[in-house]
Amino acid sequence: MACNRLHEPDLALHVEDLTVAYEGKPVLWDIDVNIPPGVMAAVIGPNGAGKSTLLKSVLGLAKPTAGHICVHGEPPEDCLRRIAYVPQRSAVDWDFPTTVLDVVMMGRYGHLGWFRWPGRRERQRAMEALESVGMEGQARRQISQLSGGQQQRVFLARAMVQDADVYFLDEPMAGVDATTEKTVVKLLQDLRDAGKTIIVVHHDLQTVRDYFDWLVILNVRVIAQGRVRDIYNGDNLRRAYGGRIALLESGAGGDAEASGVREVSG
Amino acid sequence: MLELLGDYTVQTVIMGAVLLGIVSGLLGCFAVLRQQSLLGDTLAHAALPGVCIGFLIAGSRHLGWIMAGALATAVIAAFFVQMVTRHSRIKTDAGLGIALSVSFAMGVVLLTYIQGQSNASQGGLDTFLFGQAAATQRTDLWFMGGVTLVALLVVMLFWKQFKLVTFDPLFAGSIGFPVQVLETALTAMIALAVVVGLQMVGVVLMTAMVIAPAVAARQWVHRLESMVLLAMLFGVFSGVTGVLISAVGRNLATGPVVVLAASAIVAVSLLMAPGRGILWSWLRHQSERRTIGQRQMLTTMYKLAAHHRDPYYPVERSMLDSFYGVRTDTILKRLHNRGYVAPASHMPSEGLHWALTDSGYHEAQQVLDSIDREAEA
Repeated sequence: MACNRLHEPDLALHVEDLTVAYEGKPVLWDIDVNIPPGVMAAVIGPNGAGKSTLLKSVLGLAKPTAGHICVHGEPPEDCLRRIAYVPQRSAVDWDFPTTVLDVVMMGRYGHLGWFRWPGRRERQRAMEALESVGMEGQARRQISQLSGGQQQRVFLARAMVQDADVYFLDEPMAGVDATTEKTVVKLLQDLRDAGKTIIVVHHDLQTVRDYFDWLVILNVRVIAQGRVRDIYNGDNLRRAYGGRIALLESGAGGDAEASGVREVSG
Repeated sequence: MLELLGDYTVQTVIMGAVLLGIVSGLLGCFAVLRQQSLLGDTLAHAALPGVCIGFLIAGSRHLGWIMAGALATAVIAAFFVQMVTRHSRIKTDAGLGIALSVSFAMGVVLLTYIQGQSNASQGGLDTFLFGQAAATQRTDLWFMGGVTLVALLVVMLFWKQFKLVTFDPLFAGSIGFPVQVLETALTAMIALAVVVGLQMVGVVLMTAMVIAPAVAARQWVHRLESMVLLAMLFGVFSGVTGVLISAVGRNLATGPVVVLAASAIVAVSLLMAPGRGILWSWLRHQSERRTIGQRQMLTTMYKLAAHHRDPYYPVERSMLDSFYGVRTDTILKRLHNRGYVAPASHMPSEGLHWALTDSGYHEAQQVLDSIDREAEA
């Protein structure tokens, strides 16, 4: 990586000139993203905009064609322990033979040595995390018996035991019940208030203003980034989503009413 | 039986079957959970050209060369599948299919070429198609034991890595595990397991030994640790049972009998296992239907009683029959056994009547309350 020692250390996430291509087709094209520490940021954009790819590149799961990435001034592969990741729920087979507690303990695997097996300390950390997501009663349950919302809470608990500084979440609010969504948002906001940085790939435009304070609007290129109140407006959304969005304009200024923004499916 | 166990050849074959059961049960779990069950099949078929090449190099039926050749072509096939699926639009199943048929065709061509030569020592190379357990020798056991031991050690040392890569490869990558290396290691070890089984079960049926114990074990347990242990146990059990059966019944091919034993375990597990078995879910379904039927009957009688302002209002059974459109005597008898209803006499000219008992009345009230509560929530 062309990333010097502590390059842009004041930013939680610094992405410069990043291009990622699959089979010759750019998914992300020459993007710069800067996210300061201590914010809860949403990454939004239409399907195929490269949101998940951005996350995967940061985590070393997708290989960039060009550009560099720094997390708190270091290349991500040098500071993996400062990073926590919540994949999409659909990324795993929930019929895998294991228990809730076991999955949460996996969050400590990166901190254990190569040959150490998780022990009592890991189990206790996992129980604490399960308590904070309200699932301590389900610790011994088979993961195949969980509802979608419970699955998401388990994933969140696993990320919490990673003790990271920057949290990356891929669509954590997709397909979960309202109670879980509230719990997830509350927990993420608590983490942010404790000084952590939260970066969420988000799909629900209506809740952006309620949940987040930082925003990156993406569609292969970066359409806009900054504080939600500065950049969450009809112009930027229309530039990202094109005709796929229905906006109810309220008064002048082209502000998109939170309740009136709806992505038109299909 | 004892006489059989004292037989030197049978002893050797049984020990081979035990080792094969352990190694295929252990590695089969990971293959099945990674949804790569067919990988075993492809690798086994891809071993055939290797068997022939090993024979051609050694010039005789030298097991060391044959195994090395088998391992080499199996691994090549595995890499082929990996490359094709990673770098082209071909999906895994198609890639596996291509690798299987191409390599097996090459194997059969080589086999017939060797058989066409006037080489007396070529005898019995085609036994690798379906295996020939009786040909197992004590020296082969050292090789099989060595492979099994290595597989056990590697899986134990890298347990959490293999487990996480199998469950959630994305997350494993995000915490810095070398996902590709680990996945390649699992694949290579499956190739090893296949080679161990060549002599005994043969290339055509070897995949069953990889898949069957793991699939059966998955039905019974809820943790990867127990699944692996149980799969090894099933593998050993089917191996030993198969060997004994084929030793008793003369002229029965050992490999296929072993595979049939493993399949029998799968069949029983699919049917009977608590929680996941077909029979089990059917029974649970039936009992749920019964419970719902009984609850429905109680509330019907409760409402009739309320309508007539008599908690012990006797209802004629034929009336309930016509209300539900089916005969209700089984449900009423079950409720009677649980003490919720009692037979009651009304007009002697009419048929049998039933009335709620006090506990039945109470139960019906609770059912209705819980329905109300759920409707509110």
